[in-house]
Amino acid sequence: MSSDQPFITDDSAVLTETRDARMGAERGDRFNSRLREAFGSSPFILTKFDKFMNWCRGSSMFMLQFGIACCSIEMMHTYAVKHDLDRFGSGVPRASPRQADVMIVPGTIVSKFAPRMKRVYDQMPEPKFVVGMGSCTISGGPFQEGYNVVKGAEEVIPVDIHVPGCPPRPEALVYGVAKLQERIANGEASPVTVKPYELEQFSDLERDELVDHLTDEIDEDDLVMRYNFADSP
Amino acid sequence: MSLEKPEADEAVVPADDAEDIAALLGENVIGREEHVNAPGFVVRPDAVQDTLSTLKDEAGYDHLSVVTAQEYENRYESIYHLKKYDDPTQEVSVVVPADKENPVSESGAGVFTTADWHEREAYDLVGIDYEGHPDLKRILLPETWQGHPLSMDYDQDQPQVVSLSEHANPLQDDYKDAESDTMFVNIGPHHPATHGVLHLKTTLDGEQVADVESDIGYLHRSEEQMAQNGTYRYQIMPYPDRWDYISAGLLNEYAYARAAEDLADIDVPEYAQVIRTMGAEMCRIAAHMLALATFALDVNGDFTATFMYAINDREQVQNLLEDLTGQRMMFNYFRLGGVVWDLPEPREEFFSKTRDFLDQLPESVEEYHDLLTSNEIFQMRTVDTGILPPEVAKDYGATGPVARGSGVDYDLRRDDPYGYYDELDWDVVTEDGCDNYARLLVRMREVEESAKIIEQCIDLLEDWPDEERTIQANVPRTLRPDDDTEIYRAVEAAKGELGIYMRADGTDKPARFKIRSPCFSNLQTLPEMAQGEYIPDMIAALGSLDIVLGEVDR
Repeated sequence: MSSDQPFITDDSAVLTETRDARMGAERGDRFNSRLREAFGSSPFILTKFDKFMNWCRGSSMFMLQFGIACCSIEMMHTYAVKHDLDRFGSGVPRASPRQADVMIVPGTIVSKFAPRMKRVYDQMPEPKFVVGMGSCTISGGPFQEGYNVVKGAEEVIPVDIHVPGCPPRPEALVYGVAKLQERIANGEASPVTVKPYELEQFSDLERDELVDHLTDEIDEDDLVMRYNFADSP
Repeated sequence: MSLEKPEADEAVVPADDAEDIAALLGENVIGREEHVNAPGFVVRPDAVQDTLSTLKDEAGYDHLSVVTAQEYENRYESIYHLKKYDDPTQEVSVVVPADKENPVSESGAGVFTTADWHEREAYDLVGIDYEGHPDLKRILLPETWQGHPLSMDYDQDQPQVVSLSEHANPLQDDYKDAESDTMFVNIGPHHPATHGVLHLKTTLDGEQVADVESDIGYLHRSEEQMAQNGTYRYQIMPYPDRWDYISAGLLNEYAYARAAEDLADIDVPEYAQVIRTMGAEMCRIAAHMLALATFALDVNGDFTATFMYAINDREQVQNLLEDLTGQRMMFNYFRLGGVVWDLPEPREEFFSKTRDFLDQLPESVEEYHDLLTSNEIFQMRTVDTGILPPEVAKDYGATGPVARGSGVDYDLRRDDPYGYYDELDWDVVTEDGCDNYARLLVRMREVEESAKIIEQCIDLLEDWPDEERTIQANVPRTLRPDDDTEIYRAVEAAKGELGIYMRADGTDKPARFKIRSPCFSNLQTLPEMAQGEYIPDMIAALGSLDIVLGEVDR
């Protein structure tokens, strides 16, 4: 097909007739969409399987329903009336991480919560995506200098999309999710990020003064996260 | 319901005079201090319990607002801020010094149950050891944390190790009692029904709650440190918005503004006070709407009609607030001495928008009553569940709708007036059901009272003469309150008494900034309400407490 020729032409009339004959005349014209015209009589399209899967993934995303801080209020507004994230095929909050494939991180992550968030992220099935909502998930935001604040979600888990703001407006979150869908549909994976803080067994930690000091308190096979705040940005 | 009201024995001796109190406390007092809000009595660290119980039983100071701990160059100090539920303008501070090398002080938890958590927090953040405390361990920081972050020699850059021991096996021996066949269940910290990141360690006996322990601190983002690092004039004001972040920002800003203005002796122009009052009540409506929405979610199920309706109403309030302040949630609208800017132009449009909202509000409140409170299933879930008797509420320092739902008639807007509230015509709402239903009713009726206040403010603002619209007093660019002045001031926020203690040290930053969060005290009452009840009733009780973790953990 040459490029100056429109995709849908009058030549498809014969195909339309075939289709009409198949569907029966009493169906009316509600099936005669432009898409139908484009497909012609054949209900098949030819595409790569990966591409099709990516398109499916991007078009139907299950969010993990959990809130952390201020941003979760705006996140609730994004799900609810007026903004209605469901319009974009991504508004089904799931209470269990096992059923979710997108995690919106809505708020400040502090030392006590980071291991739990890591755990929840690990429990989500692959492929999984993360939208960091708000300044706190970028750098710690207004609380960056706090003694107890992890300086951004990327210290713990990889993040696909950062939505800046304190908190971002619901429109901004919708835009961020739409961008994520676009990336997923294009088959782009999350960037490889440096994650300084990982969950490890206590016995695997490098022995130093602090670890020696805690040996009595923590079991050898307990999972722990070690924070090196001096190395944080 | 078994609700005997022991109101007879309050305020036996009306000890208003500082001299009377000093005489009452006798030789426990080793010194005197003068705080801006109240007289301070320095007592021996081993006489805390005696002093507190004397003040409670004989002078009627039955409300322990907060325990502030701080470290000086030469000593540690805990301050017990006491008030009366009947008249919160009568205040007294009990100052307890503790040794610098070995800070030990007697616990007050035997007198006021609420001191339990407050002292744990003081131990956690400052490092004072409370002798005789029922269970002194860290509350906000992980248990393996090294050092006490608000003490003077804390090194913020030191490494820390945090364990993830909460993924406990429910049938593990420690949690299983062979005779009664109990089972341990973790709820949270990322469970949707916990309203944020709250962790409930629940022990179940069958379907009944045998024991519940709240594990908080999953959102402890060093708010007090942030405020201590900021200057009074501009840098602190953005943070209050993020304590109670349910759009209740202006109410929180009010708390800081009131405390700092009293500390630095700043007068606020009347016009600005009316705007503040109006904005604050809009925030209260928004906050109560979300409380209603999430309570309906907890009790009725997933994303039901009530949730959507309430969010819709919230959106409208948020639009008004956005017109006023330029922000949907984090307003940063108050300044010391007034507000940052005047009402939006054209003013008529703002007034008519606000009136439109107020006009449709009674109708939508009616709709909520149809949907929720008159719903038989909802009533079965909430009436007579989560009982909190008034004397227990007082003992735990509960305030706000939680206390008023138990018939405790305590509202700082009326009892300790600030802003423009005492010039306006409105009522304090109380219900004496003491159950989940009563607490919800209080919030719904308070929305109507707030609407009344806003309407009167709008009338006032409309007729305010052009030339008298002063939005800010003349406040120096750098504020340096006098050295060693101390103040505790509270306002009635959406959740209850939100107070701030500040100590000035002559610089432009506070030396100690302590937040008295209403949710922190309210959440403590959960075991009282939940023990022996079914587990769904515990979830309903938690929902009716309307906690917000940003304020619990700070």
